[in-house]
Amino acid sequence: MSAPATDLVASVRSGTERARDVVEARLADIEARDPELHAFLLVLADDARVAADAVDAAVAVGDDPGPLAGVPVVLKDNLCVRGTPTTCGSRILDGWRPPYTATVVDRIKQAGGIVLGKTNLDEFAMGSSTENSAFGPTRNPHDPSRVPGGSSGGSAAAVAAGFGLLGLGSDTGGSIRQPAALCGVVGVKPTYGMVSRYGLVAFASSLDQIGPFATTVEDAARLLDVIAGPDPFDSTCIADAPPMLEPMLRDGVAGLRIGIVEELTDVDGVQPEVRAAVEAAAAALEAAGASVERVSVPSTVYGLSAYYLIAPAEASSNLARYDGVRYGLRVDAEDVATMNAATRAAGFGTEVKRRIMLGTYALSAGYYDAYYGQAQRIRTLIIRDLARVYESRDVLLSPTSPTVAFEVGAKTADPLSMYLSDVCTIPTNLAGHAAMSVPWGTGAASLPVGVQVLAPALGEAVMFRVAQALEEAAP
Amino acid sequence: MARLARLALTPEEVERLTGELGVILDHAGDVSALDLGDVEPTAHPLPLVNVLRADEVRPTLDRDEVLAAAPDAEDGRFRVPRILDAP
Repeated sequence: MSAPATDLVASVRSGTERARDVVEARLADIEARDPELHAFLLVLADDARVAADAVDAAVAVGDDPGPLAGVPVVLKDNLCVRGTPTTCGSRILDGWRPPYTATVVDRIKQAGGIVLGKTNLDEFAMGSSTENSAFGPTRNPHDPSRVPGGSSGGSAAAVAAGFGLLGLGSDTGGSIRQPAALCGVVGVKPTYGMVSRYGLVAFASSLDQIGPFATTVEDAARLLDVIAGPDPFDSTCIADAPPMLEPMLRDGVAGLRIGIVEELTDVDGVQPEVRAAVEAAAAALEAAGASVERVSVPSTVYGLSAYYLIAPAEASSNLARYDGVRYGLRVDAEDVATMNAATRAAGFGTEVKRRIMLGTYALSAGYYDAYYGQAQRIRTLIIRDLARVYESRDVLLSPTSPTVAFEVGAKTADPLSMYLSDVCTIPTNLAGHAAMSVPWGTGAASLPVGVQVLAPALGEAVMFRVAQALEEAAP
Repeated sequence: MARLARLALTPEEVERLTGELGVILDHAGDVSALDLGDVEPTAHPLPLVNVLRADEVRPTLDRDEVLAAAPDAEDGRFRVPRILDAP
């Protein structure tokens, strides 16, 4: 594992380490080891070298390149960089080069970060294992016979392997936190509206949020501080800039009130070692001065069902734009409707078709109230239940993933078993709240386990303090 | 349903998806059976309001760059197959 990004930034800023040397070392490492892991869909070697030289040149003349000076960053390939192929892990965007750059990418570059490449994902971020990519699966650096989780599995694997010191993913139902847990890194799903989504290819717009991967909690705070804050190009952003997280990181947990969510921890399918990790993490927080009790959030048991109606419904609408007219693939036909249907049949993979059909059904006349409408009411119940619990608790704990990383191919034939991978992470997205995964030792087969810290909307400051305390106490 | 979604599925895909969607919808059945008549639906986690900007000319996407990404273009427009009188 490489040194934290914060250490690297200090060395680059002081001139003791050159960004160009860092980039060359990472590129050589990627060339040697990524053929086995397949974390990247595209390595931007030349662009990274140019950016690194610019950072070194700034340092040479006494300028500060910024809080990410010289740090190699990897991007999930559903984030747009102008003129650079963006695939979303799908054939349907074949050949597409976006005419604009995501706000988060602009902010990383302005802070001195070096974009190293675009990483693999489940097609359009739909999946929990990165096996749904049209370009083949990514492997877990801890055991290449296992999945890295998903859908941001490429970014998680790239950070865990040390290819990039920081990464970005998107989290609609757990797609940052679950792969972070399975790859043994930190992964953050910020409060809905905290990070601009301009330039993120949409999956389910009321749930999607961009967030960081890092090897330390401090690194994750550094990256989130850079990318967070309002953006005139995304009208769903929260209008006020959030407070900086990094300065508060080590304020401790004394006096904080922690709850263990019974419904997400004692649920069927949670491996004993994973449950034990949550208990041990809670005990460590108690030893550091926090109070811990078990809490009940009853409606979360319906979270999975509500999510797998709401997310496909929104996806079926968002993905209507891939019609063979304005970008990407077209399968020629005599008339437009036939061309649309043939293009979409050829361009989308199995899971995307499954969710489009599910979403179209959930929204269709006659079924709308029973499925989509009911799911929206469940969403209200979850928000109410969590609000009640947060009256007496500052943050909550649960497993991030019920299990450690599973074997490649183990769940591809059974969509429902794959969906269950997200059972602990989904309630946060439905509520628009914040949550993050912090590594806590190992479980079955000596694979990494992640503990999830959940916080209410804009509760990042306390959430990061708890995460920092967990990192310091972790086995 | 596939026609609504503009997806040309093969008979094999239709058969497989019918089975899989049945299993998923059965699981979601626990939701549809709940009595939630008095609960307001939530469509979005934030109380969103329209965000307005000053009405002034700003740079937009470059037309040639956008059209270059299209499968087919002609005279500054996207070109598509026949729409009217389609079979």
